[in-house]
Amino acid sequence: MKLAHASIALKGIIKRELWRFLKQRERFVAALVRPLVWLFVFAAGFRSTLGIAIIPPYETYILYEVYIAAGLIGMIQLFNGMQSSLSMVYDREMGSMKTLLVSPLPRWFLLMGKLLAGTSVSILQAYVFLVVAWFYDIEAPWLGYVTLFPALVLAGLMLGALGMLLSSFIKQLENFAGVMNFVIFPMFFMSTALYPLWKIKESSELLHTLASYNPFSQAVELIRFALYGQFNLHAFVYTLAAFVVFMAVAVWGYNPSKGMMVKKGGGPS
Amino acid sequence: MSKVYIALLLAAFSTSIFADKLYITLEKDNALAVVDGETGKLLKTVPLGQRPRGIAFSKDQSMLYVAASDDDTIQILDAETLKVVGELPSGEDPELFKIHPNGRLLYVSNEDDNIVTVIDLQTKTALTEIAVGVEPEGIAISRDGKWVVNTSETTNMVHWIDPLEQSIKDNTLVDPRPRAAEFSVDNKQLFVTSEIAGSLSRIDVATKQITGKLHFKVAGVDKELIQPVGVLAHPNNKLLFVALGPANRVAVVDSQAMKVLEYLLVGQRVWNLAFSPDLTRLYTTNGVSNDISIIDVDDLKVTKSIRVGHYPWGIAVK
Repeated sequence: MKLAHASIALKGIIKRELWRFLKQRERFVAALVRPLVWLFVFAAGFRSTLGIAIIPPYETYILYEVYIAAGLIGMIQLFNGMQSSLSMVYDREMGSMKTLLVSPLPRWFLLMGKLLAGTSVSILQAYVFLVVAWFYDIEAPWLGYVTLFPALVLAGLMLGALGMLLSSFIKQLENFAGVMNFVIFPMFFMSTALYPLWKIKESSELLHTLASYNPFSQAVELIRFALYGQFNLHAFVYTLAAFVVFMAVAVWGYNPSKGMMVKKGGGPS
Repeated sequence: MSKVYIALLLAAFSTSIFADKLYITLEKDNALAVVDGETGKLLKTVPLGQRPRGIAFSKDQSMLYVAASDDDTIQILDAETLKVVGELPSGEDPELFKIHPNGRLLYVSNEDDNIVTVIDLQTKTALTEIAVGVEPEGIAISRDGKWVVNTSETTNMVHWIDPLEQSIKDNTLVDPRPRAAEFSVDNKQLFVTSEIAGSLSRIDVATKQITGKLHFKVAGVDKELIQPVGVLAHPNNKLLFVALGPANRVAVVDSQAMKVLEYLLVGQRVWNLAFSPDLTRLYTTNGVSNDISIIDVDDLKVTKSIRVGHYPWGIAVK
């Protein structure tokens, strides 16, 4: 793989993704409206729910909307990852995925390029969300907005890789609804995005265990700590490990001769 | 160059030089918690008499007075060593007390006996007892020393005591269960919190008439839980800080407009309040959650809440 060649390809992939993103402004707005509805409507009803215990990284009592903000950033990245996977299924059906995968560059590099492009979009959405949240009195320390960036990169890559992995298993575009019901919703609700672990433990030990092992929980905690200028080593290692595993399976899944493409009849004919 | 060096040195050490210490009575632990005001770190805990509540420094800050309610006494502590060096004849069940600006007289309410006891701090003797309404609670003294007021919880009155004659000169009827009182910095107004009514009354000191009233409302919090107790006036502006008890909020009030500017979320059953000496921080004692909260006064944001022991009640800052 020559550097010049690789950079041309990477530029092409990101350019295509950005062009797609710019053309679909409603997609950006929709991605922003979803967490804002949760913030303004859902969280409003639970304003004082968490005013009982202080949990790190918070140093004092917080209102529910402050707690949920990190979870909603995670939600933006989760849905963005799934959106990317949806567009990859579409690309495959339209044949443009085949065009990409037959390029002489390594498959992992091509997929990584797509992942980076999707993550960039989600980071932009997350920061726009934080600007709106700031006017709603959800303020993090200034340093937190800087330390949040690397956390968003890793969380975005992990959730994007998960989306990519799922897309390699989906046969047709119509099957995507199943992914929504069986992957995204359970992942979101069985996580620390909406309630802290101690609160989940109060209702169910099983739910608490599932939420602890949910990689989305760890991504949300990585984001939550980073937003307050702190580093959560456990969440970082867990998210990184999840990214490596998801990415490896996705690369395998997109192998035209060995992976899921063969089983779906998408391999070489 | 040397000036820059000195400035840098000063900046480096400024936090430790000007750091304030908080002295907090722990009602259930029968102890005094000492906390670093800037970092919020619990420095040490010292044993006290039974059910310690009201706390204040002597005028020269060399002594610390603590009302040990269940021992029916006010303990005198050396402010440096925190060792008990004497007692004051407070009468039964002392709770809240204040020291007159002259530094010599201490006024304490005795809830069960319906009296206010006046103590001479030099001779350590009770000078007189002033009969007031049923269940006396809050004590406030104007900064010019001309008025001492006492609130009686069941009579629902503010009693105006003339410290020259040690007798009641006037009474003002207020909303049910008046708890705490605070004079404005110019001594022209008195603010009184009423626990059951959930209100704050502003009284004109010259006429002793109520000139303004405010009922607190916190979205999502039951009306019954909004029980205003401690009240503190900022010396440099028109802001009043009111602890709302089990509503777990401190209300920031514009004392002239009698409007709430902000409700700040703190620990459970917030009771008493105190400023840091440089007025940049406000400290609150939160009885049920066993912690104190630190509020940034300029930003009006709660920055930290720290566990200090069981049932933190009174607070004095040095």
